[in-house]
Amino acid sequence: MSERRPRSFYLLAAFFSAYVLFLYGPMFAIYILSFQGPDGGLTFPMNGVSLVWFGKVFSGSGIVDIGAAFKRSLQLGLVVMVLTVVLSVSAGLAFRRSFRGATLLFYVAIASLIMPSIITSLGIALEFRLLDDFIIKSGAANWTTAMGLFTSGLGAHLTWTLPFGLLIMFAIFNRFDGRLEEAARDLGATPWQTFRHVVLPIILPSVVGIGLFGFTLSWDELARSSQTIGSVNTLPLDLQGLTTTVTKPDIYALGTLTSAVSFLVIFSALVVILVLQARQRRHGSDAGKGMV
Amino acid sequence: MTQDRKTFVAWLQAAPMMLVFALFFLLPLLFVTIVSAWDYNEYEMIPAFSLRGYTDTFEGCIADLPNLCTILKTYLNTLKLCLLTWGLTLLIGFTVAYFLAFHVRSKTWQIVLTLLCTIPFWTSNVIRMIAWIPLLGRNGLVNRGLEGAGLIKQPLEWLLFSEFSVVLALVHLFTFFMVVPIFNSMIRIDKRLIEAAYDAGASGWQTLVNVIIPLTKPGIVIGSIFVITIVMGDFVTIGVMGGQQIASAGKIIESRLNALQFPAAAANAVILLGVTILIISALTRIVDIRKEL
Repeated sequence: MSERRPRSFYLLAAFFSAYVLFLYGPMFAIYILSFQGPDGGLTFPMNGVSLVWFGKVFSGSGIVDIGAAFKRSLQLGLVVMVLTVVLSVSAGLAFRRSFRGATLLFYVAIASLIMPSIITSLGIALEFRLLDDFIIKSGAANWTTAMGLFTSGLGAHLTWTLPFGLLIMFAIFNRFDGRLEEAARDLGATPWQTFRHVVLPIILPSVVGIGLFGFTLSWDELARSSQTIGSVNTLPLDLQGLTTTVTKPDIYALGTLTSAVSFLVIFSALVVILVLQARQRRHGSDAGKGMV
Repeated sequence: MTQDRKTFVAWLQAAPMMLVFALFFLLPLLFVTIVSAWDYNEYEMIPAFSLRGYTDTFEGCIADLPNLCTILKTYLNTLKLCLLTWGLTLLIGFTVAYFLAFHVRSKTWQIVLTLLCTIPFWTSNVIRMIAWIPLLGRNGLVNRGLEGAGLIKQPLEWLLFSEFSVVLALVHLFTFFMVVPIFNSMIRIDKRLIEAAYDAGASGWQTLVNVIIPLTKPGIVIGSIFVITIVMGDFVTIGVMGGQQIASAGKIIESRLNALQFPAAAANAVILLGVTILIISALTRIVDIRKEL
């Protein structure tokens, strides 16, 4: 093949740039508009520059209790992140050996991933309703509900994040050199030591990636939460509710804040991954360096 | 360690995930199926066998012939949105993946550009929908621009809260699901095959049609399954971008739920699930048949 770029390269590069602009353009439009002046509206042009709308979000005037929703989403996101990492790594290890139900678990995970969210959400809501009815019938007269952020809500989010975690684990172990574990075993390491000192350090950058998926997917989750969260709302649910009622830029300010959290998490995760990879390169292998 | 103990440990390691899926996915699906055949009144479901959920859903379908009843119209409309979104995401997703896989030569740039496409996926869908309002609204950038250029006299009304904006937002949100599996299939293609086609005198277009597209088919099918299942069940994007005015398969379920008619909602969920499975199995069959030939 020739060294010069063919003409198709420039055409495709232009197409790709247009796609990236299409992806980011609208998002940046609302980030800019959230700094709209006090008299500004929902569209361009900017009518001065101010932080008024951020102030409105923080003081809670005009908008439902956003601070509480923010905190709830953050807590739920962190719990989902931890559980997604632990359960995915654990199951990922299991899939390296054969066990009863391995194929079934794989297909269930894929089904959970592509199942229309409204069906999963409805199912979990029905399950908890029937559970509540059962408990009340069993004599607990002042029982209200088992449905809540950290029961049905957490479960709904996990059906969405775990398949991603599992697929990432498959990708990791597809290119994992099993001889490293054999070497550790031959040197007398226990299974736990092998995992802790050999396997985990190698897969750690990707495990951070699983955490990134776990948190961000939960933080932004809407469809599966819609019927399963109980009486309180998460941030995306509040945002969705506001789209029909709010006519001022405070919704943009809230959107900018929500995105800021996402970007902060993405950025920190990427930095941690880069640092871990650099460390691996430095400490990785001393093969060929002779005995020291 | 003996073999038995090893498999037992593996089973224990997988058990927590199995438990989550059993409790929050399989069991709920079972309840959806059961409740779909329950009776209901204005405010609660009644655990007695009844097909009312289904008959209410298909109400008037035979009486109204030859006109289509509401449910069929809604499904046809959902399928239309689905097909439009599928076609566009496939076209854009394939082109983007092709550029990333075959034209970006350095590994670092490949990672950076892939990441650039992935980052929006990690941010909120609702915000990415709202983001179109300042662009497409009555006084939005697009209308102002067109008016300024003298192309239109009245602002275009169909830009926002219309089927146009729904499809635009769906493409905006979900092209990512096409890019990733297609890119994955493409980077696995042995570069020597493409060189062989080139050496045998194939033009770039012939290589694309006869070598790359057939080898990318698994990725195309996986991406299509993602996009189609998402759009078939969607009620959020269609709700927000359609100004809550456009009916869809997912929105029927949502409105039944809001009316607390759980068996009717469950019956609709079973119908939606059936249609989705039908589409997926047709899709995988098309590809398998071609593989046989």
